[in-house]
Amino acid sequence: MALRGNLRDFTVTQLLNLINLAHKTGTLVIEGPNETAKIAFREGKLSYTQIGQEDNHLATILHRSNRLTAGQLRAIQLRASHLSDKELGLLLINSGYIAQNDILNALQAYCSDVVRRLFTWVEGIFRFENEMLPPDDRITVRLDLENLIIEGARQLREWEQLQDEIPSLDMALKFIERPGTSMQKMNLSVEEWRVVSYINPRNTIQQIATATKMSDLEIRRIVYGLLQAGLVEVIRQDNAPVIERPRPQPANNQNREEQKSLVNRLITRIRSI
Amino acid sequence: MQTVKMVVTGPFSAGKTQFIRSVSEIDVVATERKITSASERTVKQATTVAMDFGRITVDEDLVLYLFGTPGQKRFDFMWEILSEGMLGFIVMIDSTRPETFREGRSILETFRAYAPTPYVVAANKQDAPDAWDIEDMRNALRLSPQVKLLPCVATQKTTVKNVLLELLYSILAGLDSTEK
Repeated sequence: MALRGNLRDFTVTQLLNLINLAHKTGTLVIEGPNETAKIAFREGKLSYTQIGQEDNHLATILHRSNRLTAGQLRAIQLRASHLSDKELGLLLINSGYIAQNDILNALQAYCSDVVRRLFTWVEGIFRFENEMLPPDDRITVRLDLENLIIEGARQLREWEQLQDEIPSLDMALKFIERPGTSMQKMNLSVEEWRVVSYINPRNTIQQIATATKMSDLEIRRIVYGLLQAGLVEVIRQDNAPVIERPRPQPANNQNREEQKSLVNRLITRIRSI
Repeated sequence: MQTVKMVVTGPFSAGKTQFIRSVSEIDVVATERKITSASERTVKQATTVAMDFGRITVDEDLVLYLFGTPGQKRFDFMWEILSEGMLGFIVMIDSTRPETFREGRSILETFRAYAPTPYVVAANKQDAPDAWDIEDMRNALRLSPQVKLLPCVATQKTTVKNVLLELLYSILAGLDSTEK
């Protein structure tokens, strides 16, 4: 079913988080005010990008990453324009001109750069097309999203949004056990590592902020990034301030068996409606 | 006569009134008013301002009341009042309006703070072609796998019953776990 909406309600970082968590395959289409971006994913990993009318052919990307000279690019465009990216890539590898890893690195850098540019988009509508895959003749990559999500979260500057995302600092954090995700693969900043070192269900976010001498804004921004990257989750502290009030629970003075009997009567009645 | 209460909450226009209407044995005592805000009027014409009130008689000794909270933020002073003494609560989210997900999460957190009672989340309008997938909604709402997120169509009695039953099963499970 539809995964569609507006960038005013979901940032690009949040969308990457959704795609990453759900291991989605398909293409995220974002229609911005000036151009449309198409970001393809395979099982939650970034595989291909296209932004506006920008030339994203292999030869152009290799030229941009200084692996082809302007002359070589012109020659390829003149004489080898009939070759697909896959064919051109094979030709360059077989001729010993470039290694497979160089091609993949250049493509990964390009795809990451496109996503970074999208982090600045705040207006636009998005939709996720499950059936839309990259063109067959293009070389796709397989890029983990966590680092990009962390980068995107670092760019979030709006205090109100951060406060909305993390309304209270009296909560603790714990690491999420997710197969295939390793902290060691993350490109975390020194500040982020400092926060990570204090993550423990016994430490509230406020306590971590105090220990690391961070302001509310700084700690919120880092925690937001870790949450979005799916590395940690919020847990409520047992001693967190819960608004306690006298609760005239209907079953307050009943023993547990009577309470269960009451709930079972409700269940029987609802089933019969 | 013993009475028990469940609260149906959620953002503006999530389908709370309709949810209660689908199972209540009395005409829902609604406190709807015409909407004055132009932006909200594009979504619907009238909204609940104090509460909705539905009833399900279990037997001659027991009655279940369903209270629907007002969805608009400016009436949130009513939430705390309505949450008093509730057996559990249901957070309704419109699956077709992702712009309300953040507010839905905030309402959920607010009610969790009012009372540590069991709750479920109902993803309403799942029959609409532009409805978000349940698992996408779970991720967007940041619900842990333990939280029940149930597909719902508030106009269909069967799905409404299912949501109520799942909440009751959670309440029962809670009683069992505290017993051990």
